[in-house]
Amino acid sequence: MAATQEEIVTGLAEIVNEIAGIPVEDVQLDKSFTDDLDVDSLSMVEVVVAAEERFDVKIPDDDVKNLKTVGDAADYIAKHQA
Amino acid sequence: MSSTNRTVVVTGIGATTPLGGDSASTWEGLLAGRSGVKPLDGERFADLPVRIAAPAAVDPSEVLPRPLARKLDRSAQFALIAAREAWADAGYTAPAGEDEKILPERLGAVIASGIGGVTTLLDQYDVLKEKGARRVSPHTVPMLMPNGPSANVGLEVNARAGVHTPVSACASGAEAIGYAVEMIRTGRADVVVAGGTEAAIHPLPVAAFANMMAMSKNNDEPAKASRPYDKARDGFVLGEGAGVVVLESAENAARRGAKVYCEVLGQGLSADSHHIAQPEPTGRGIATAMQNLLDATDLKPSEVVHLNAHATSTPQGDIAEIKALRKVLGDDLDHVAVSATKSMTGHLLGGAGGIETVATVLALYHRTAPPTINVDDLDEEVDADVVRGEPRELPQGTIAAINNSFGFGGHNVVLAFRTV
Repeated sequence: MAATQEEIVTGLAEIVNEIAGIPVEDVQLDKSFTDDLDVDSLSMVEVVVAAEERFDVKIPDDDVKNLKTVGDAADYIAKHQA
Repeated sequence: MSSTNRTVVVTGIGATTPLGGDSASTWEGLLAGRSGVKPLDGERFADLPVRIAAPAAVDPSEVLPRPLARKLDRSAQFALIAAREAWADAGYTAPAGEDEKILPERLGAVIASGIGGVTTLLDQYDVLKEKGARRVSPHTVPMLMPNGPSANVGLEVNARAGVHTPVSACASGAEAIGYAVEMIRTGRADVVVAGGTEAAIHPLPVAAFANMMAMSKNNDEPAKASRPYDKARDGFVLGEGAGVVVLESAENAARRGAKVYCEVLGQGLSADSHHIAQPEPTGRGIATAMQNLLDATDLKPSEVVHLNAHATSTPQGDIAEIKALRKVLGDDLDHVAVSATKSMTGHLLGGAGGIETVATVLALYHRTAPPTINVDDLDEEVDADVVRGEPRELPQGTIAAINNSFGFGGHNVVLAFRTV
């Protein structure tokens, strides 16, 4: 069953918390991974792989560069999840 | 700014070792004659011929925040912890530039490791086999590269004069300190954070060293296993951790009113060119390194009152070193208090030169030589004054000490320090 947007954001917040140590409540839709959440380009790959597992979605490398904010990632996952 | 013969001093020390999570607790453990060697528990070690090691007394996960730790190999974690301690101990309160006492362009970092991120490499290979390529961590390369610890320490203190990583097996840490001294001497930097780190307690390196017949198999008595100079010694015990010092030009230290532990007189280097792993039995190469040290510095053999020996507890290596000492120092060896601190810390490979430099600096500073433990039956070929049982007070006045490190491949590094 597809996850709701709220579930996706909660999941992303937990992933970002695990990888970058940012409090889950700070992971909001408008936050930039690199500028606001201390996720550098290498850690972004970790976020993507964790999100793929959690939401059963494939995020090709070429699409990762378009995922600037938590909102971008949440929308992408909502649209592409199986 | 440029000069070829500037005096170099030690202004900060830091360590995380099998005896303690910082230099103070490590020093306390050394003076108490405590062994850091423990059984290697866990199924993955169960079938190995060697099931003992000297793990770090304080796990880095207790010190570093998890988001930082997960991007660093264990060897880099140790290096960062020791470097932070040394940096603060030297009186710096922020990275270079932010702390205006040192410009980033005048600060270097030289941290060595013998093996680098071997546990990262092996763990990620397990991930590849069990979970597939997509799950291999994107941090794998920066974690496994041997210059990872150096680079991370450089980033931490904002070092821009140069960040380097000499690799010479068990001489690596000492070679790093020697390299750092030269950076300051030749005017490339005013301050360098230097030392060695290692984190190789994993079944593969343990099995490999054991198959070289280099390691003690005294699994039943871990605390007794590392016994340099004792007749029953049967190899080294693998340890992990890091030792780091802040080296500084004497002018820079004086200008900012820094506490000075001692002077670093310099280094003597040589290579055995004998065998890839066996020590040269007469100590020829070690003697050359010691002679090179005497030729390159104003160290007088009569000043040397303490030696932190390489002495790893192997049957051949311990004796070759003693032969070389006698050959070069002659009768002056009689007033040298020889300590083999690996009897307590185990052998930290590339970290050894780092933590043993910290131990040597503290021995001069406190005028106390740490004991060598487990010398129950001194090998009669050990023609030197080994400090046994209790620590030994060192003389007053100007005194000097030597720290020896030798590595597989035949690398010999001898460092000398003197009170100021």
